[in-house]
Amino acid sequence: MSHQLDTLASQIRKDAIWSIYHAKSGHPGGVLSCVDILTVLFHDVLAPVEKRLGSYSDDFFILSKGHAAPALYAVAASKGLCERAQLKGLRKIESSFQGHPDVTHLPWVEVSTGSLGQGISVATGIAKSQKLLNSAQHVFALLGDGEMQEGQVWEAAMFAAHHKLNNLTAIVDYNKLQSDASNDDICALEPLADKWRAFGWQVVEVDGHDIDALQQHLHASKHNKAQSPMVIIAHTIKGKGVDFMEDIPLWHGSVTLTDKQYEDAMLALGCSAQEIKEYENV
Amino acid sequence: MSNTPTLVGQQSDSLREAFGIAIAKVADNDPQIIVLDADVAGGTGAHNFRSSHPDRFVQCGIAEQNMVSVAAGMAHSGFKPFVTTFAVFMLRGLEQIRLSVAYSNKNVKLIASHPGLDVGPDGASAQCLEDIACMRSLPGMVVLSPCDALEVEAATKALANYDGPAYMRTGRSPCPSVYVSEPEFVIGKGKVLNSGDDITLISCGVTTHRALYAAKALEEIGISTRVIHMPSIKPIDKELIWQASVETKAIISCEDHNIYGGLGSAVAEVLSERPNAPLTRLGVNDVIGCSGEPDELAAKYGIDADGIFKSAKSVYEELLSHNDK
Repeated sequence: MSHQLDTLASQIRKDAIWSIYHAKSGHPGGVLSCVDILTVLFHDVLAPVEKRLGSYSDDFFILSKGHAAPALYAVAASKGLCERAQLKGLRKIESSFQGHPDVTHLPWVEVSTGSLGQGISVATGIAKSQKLLNSAQHVFALLGDGEMQEGQVWEAAMFAAHHKLNNLTAIVDYNKLQSDASNDDICALEPLADKWRAFGWQVVEVDGHDIDALQQHLHASKHNKAQSPMVIIAHTIKGKGVDFMEDIPLWHGSVTLTDKQYEDAMLALGCSAQEIKEYENV
Repeated sequence: MSNTPTLVGQQSDSLREAFGIAIAKVADNDPQIIVLDADVAGGTGAHNFRSSHPDRFVQCGIAEQNMVSVAAGMAHSGFKPFVTTFAVFMLRGLEQIRLSVAYSNKNVKLIASHPGLDVGPDGASAQCLEDIACMRSLPGMVVLSPCDALEVEAATKALANYDGPAYMRTGRSPCPSVYVSEPEFVIGKGKVLNSGDDITLISCGVTTHRALYAAKALEEIGISTRVIHMPSIKPIDKELIWQASVETKAIISCEDHNIYGGLGSAVAEVLSERPNAPLTRLGVNDVIGCSGEPDELAAKYGIDADGIFKSAKSVYEELLSHNDK
């Protein structure tokens, strides 16, 4: 299973970079850092649909770091929620694949995001509702690390702990970089795990590119029996998989990839020259 | 007509209490209704709901941004959340209202007590004179400002049956009743509360009873005054405004809000499409408020009955002098 997921994640990375290249803008760094997390969630952890007709899962997923939309779209294509060819429409006029997830364009998106801090609150509201409805459906939200600087995240953290929402899992894509520089340079987050603990959450730290570890902890969080929500702090590498992007804030975005950068990125992700050509027939 | 407006001016509940009582009543027959609070239930009227439906009362603490987005999540789960707080604090969640609610088209109702000078002695920091402007600019957002306790009840019922984002202003101070029985409330419709054919006053919220008193005074000096109450600021009743612009010689809007972006601006937008009668906008003229009793403040800023009377009279006399030339 984990080998299959590795292969899928690799394909999703390529598809996401391909779509950002055609969009002429986007956020490759934070897209590549969260692909493994999204792949495990969508292909292994989120429950299949039985109750929520028209959706992709009975569980809920919210991309609170909405600028990673190309990763969400690519993983959606891998799940058959859309055609791969549609990814080429990213950020284009009349396309459903808006720069940030937009529920008015894509019905399987739970809520529009793109302004940091809001997605975790919406997820919290869904989790509270599922409790009121005695429903076993779980709610996941993926946050960026820079997003931790938004006060609303901590409002939501306090609310979720107070309401004992053990059906909520927050995942932090902790790539240590934000738009302009490192977290440490902008407004340091550490000790991040202690902050969440102090807010009444259970904390798990994991290598966000270790598929096995992600599977284990994401599954465990779905069966959280404690009376508190769980945060999974996933240590990741911004730009993961493309050597010249890794750990460099410049690739946070929103960047235009030149033809050469695109080709180099695809080669770094394991595409052959022939495969790069074939992308143009998708 | 059973709901003919009265000028008896009998003091009734504040609009906030009226909302709290109404939502508790409506929720008896609507299990999807949820009320969210940010530790001001005693002030917004939501305490009524907390007592009657504790299981559906969600305390969010003093954290309005989270509260608004939580409500969006609850609407996404099939509930009908009513978010309650003071109008100024609702603005604290404006960007959440924009993205989590309006752009995401979630069925969330935002009920703001303590708008405008009606807040009174707490002073400028608590007197929200900008909310209508902000909410009106959000795509798809319905904006309501009913004028008395009976109309608040009718509007609350209408909101519970309306599927989509909406904002309603209530009010802090006890407010004279305009209606003698619960009026019909239709989102998008205004009401002629007093007929007349010289000039028209268009008002909303707690300014409507003042406009009615002003109309009475104007009639006493021979100026026939139509009063249009416009509880639905968005969508607005264009036909009623155009009709008044054809049938009367001048229009004066009156509101407990900055004259920029509120009811007056909404009326101006409608009139600009078919200009006939000139418009004068009465409201708070782009300044922040101060402490004082609501009636004193309304007088200070020229939106009490006497201020409306004087402005309307001078508008009309100016018009007549122009026509003489």
